Amino acid sequence: MVTFAVRRLLGLIAVMLVLSVLVFLIFFETPGVDPARLMAGRNPNQATINAIRHEFGLDRPLPVRYALMMKRMFITRDLISYGSHTRVIPEITSATPVTLSLVVGAAVIWVIFSILTGVAATVLRGTVFDPILMILALIGISMPVFWLGEIVNLFTQSRWHGFFLFSWVPPLGYTPITQNPLKWFEGLVFPWLTLSVLYVGFYARVLRANLIETENEDYIRTARSKGISERRVLLRHNLRTSMITFVSLFGLDFGILVGGGALLTEVVFGLPGVGLLTYNSLTSLDLPVIMTTVIYGAFFITLASALVDLLYAWLDPRVRPT
Amino acid sequence: MAEPLLSVNDLKVSFRTEDGIVRAVDGVSFTVDEGEVVGIVGESGSGKSVTMMSVMRLITDPNVIYQGEIVYKGRNLMQVSRDTMRGVRGEEIAMIFQDPMTSLNPVYTIGWQIEEQLNEHYDLKKGQARRRAIELLTQVGIPKPAERVDDYPHQFSGGMRQRVMIALALSCNPDLLIADEPTTALDVTIQAQILELIKNLKRDFGSAVVLITHDLGVVADIADRILVMYAGRIVEEGNKEQIFYDPQHPYTWGLLGSIARLDRPKARRLTAIAGQPPSLINRPQGCSFRPRCPQAFDRCRAEDPKLTAKVGDGHLDACHLSIEDKRARRDATINPELAETA
Repeated sequence: MVTFAVRRLLGLIAVMLVLSVLVFLIFFETPGVDPARLMAGRNPNQATINAIRHEFGLDRPLPVRYALMMKRMFITRDLISYGSHTRVIPEITSATPVTLSLVVGAAVIWVIFSILTGVAATVLRGTVFDPILMILALIGISMPVFWLGEIVNLFTQSRWHGFFLFSWVPPLGYTPITQNPLKWFEGLVFPWLTLSVLYVGFYARVLRANLIETENEDYIRTARSKGISERRVLLRHNLRTSMITFVSLFGLDFGILVGGGALLTEVVFGLPGVGLLTYNSLTSLDLPVIMTTVIYGAFFITLASALVDLLYAWLDPRVRPT
Repeated sequence: MAEPLLSVNDLKVSFRTEDGIVRAVDGVSFTVDEGEVVGIVGESGSGKSVTMMSVMRLITDPNVIYQGEIVYKGRNLMQVSRDTMRGVRGEEIAMIFQDPMTSLNPVYTIGWQIEEQLNEHYDLKKGQARRRAIELLTQVGIPKPAERVDDYPHQFSGGMRQRVMIALALSCNPDLLIADEPTTALDVTIQAQILELIKNLKRDFGSAVVLITHDLGVVADIADRILVMYAGRIVEEGNKEQIFYDPQHPYTWGLLGSIARLDRPKARRLTAIAGQPPSLINRPQGCSFRPRCPQAFDRCRAEDPKLTAKVGDGHLDACHLSIEDKRARRDATINPELAETA
């Protein structure tokens, strides 16, 4: 198990190294992209561009520029944003808790409700409730998060804000949990729900399909022939093995969201998370910030997939390293 | 005569499908006495597994329709509550399935799976179930049972897994053990070991055994009585001697002719039964076996033969041929080489 973990850690470093080189090449070698020119403002003269180019080290050879950027990102941690001229690393570290708060909360909601919905639909198969649940799930999947978020805001922030159900909803934005846990929670309730709707629907459908598929396995018949209760057959035998797909999907989705994939939710609810940072840096082609957010995202996605592999080994003894 | 342990009376099991009603089991009656070994023989789709799955009420298909009764120790299992049925399953009637590779849950240790059943039926103290599991594994011949009890199914070979399945089935000392083609998925050498094991355990545990197979060679050694099934019905029933030495139904002849005999001097090509089993939606008129039967005559089309005793006590068959005709003709199917030399 230890060698397995070490191997995954080495893999993680290798993936991040390759990714950083790729991203660097894409943004610095793309024809027509000249960061110095972008930074110089409107109609700059050549001297200004050259000055900026020299100031940011953009006139040095490519490998040197790459090495410089990596050094500033990881060792001296004083990488400067081209756009806002602030340090990038503190920006990321202050955005991370926002994104984590959003994604972890949403993940808790989506795991609980998708398991409940998937199991309920399986148990109620043959009744009208199964198709009703699955249609609701499909509607959840089909609603774009930016639209849903705006509708939620329309009701909770303006139209019905006076209504007693929504009067407690604080204005858009983020309050750190260290500052005021209650305000933190209140401000995140609707972002959590909005973000999780899609995943509840999707995971419930996947889980239902898996449960029904596993239901036909021989070992489920064996379990029944042992005389154990239907509930135990469903939960201990069927759900336990059906969770394998669920977990692998969850790990990747969770990694992607923490890595900046919750961008739309963050923008709609004004949460200053990593997604928002990525979005802003992309629109202004702020290369240092793009580089940093991509590497940050890659870190979480590879970390999540490593954790999924460990969980997988726990769920399925057949893949356990011996 | 004592009450039989299990008696199945005119059992009919059908499935509603888009193409019509499939009559998988169509009026089957038989009994199993305590401690008796009954072999049910027939090709795929003849209804032998469905019959025994119905006894366990393990068919979960919502489109199933049952008729008839299954009386076990005086109770009609078709009518008892689900909770009562759960108490019967595993504790009184246990089942071994065909494919040991897929019949054990891959994510739990074999010890866990045996203990689960023990804990379901008995009030055991901590550690007792585990000790019993190890004991059972010893009885079914798993080497180093104290270590292997914590292994997962994928760490066992097919034959060993079937031994685990047998340990699981015997864990509550059932009165009736149903073995659904327990050796079909195994190598020939392992098959013999598993059959030997079932035979020995049957003696030790005193359970009655219903052995489902498509291979008459398998039941030859172990069964007291044999039922031959074809297209959802029993076509011949008798004890071992009657079935092997005085078979009455042409389908039984076909099955006997397709066994590879090593005790005969001259090797020969095995005879196959021509054709396919009939559709269970639209049964052929008259005898179901008629379209494939080389002996068929006019009456076979006109009249569906009933399962009756014609030759002796307890030896039933469903065929219109006269006993003399049967005895004269059957060797051509069963032992063509003997028939030629005669």
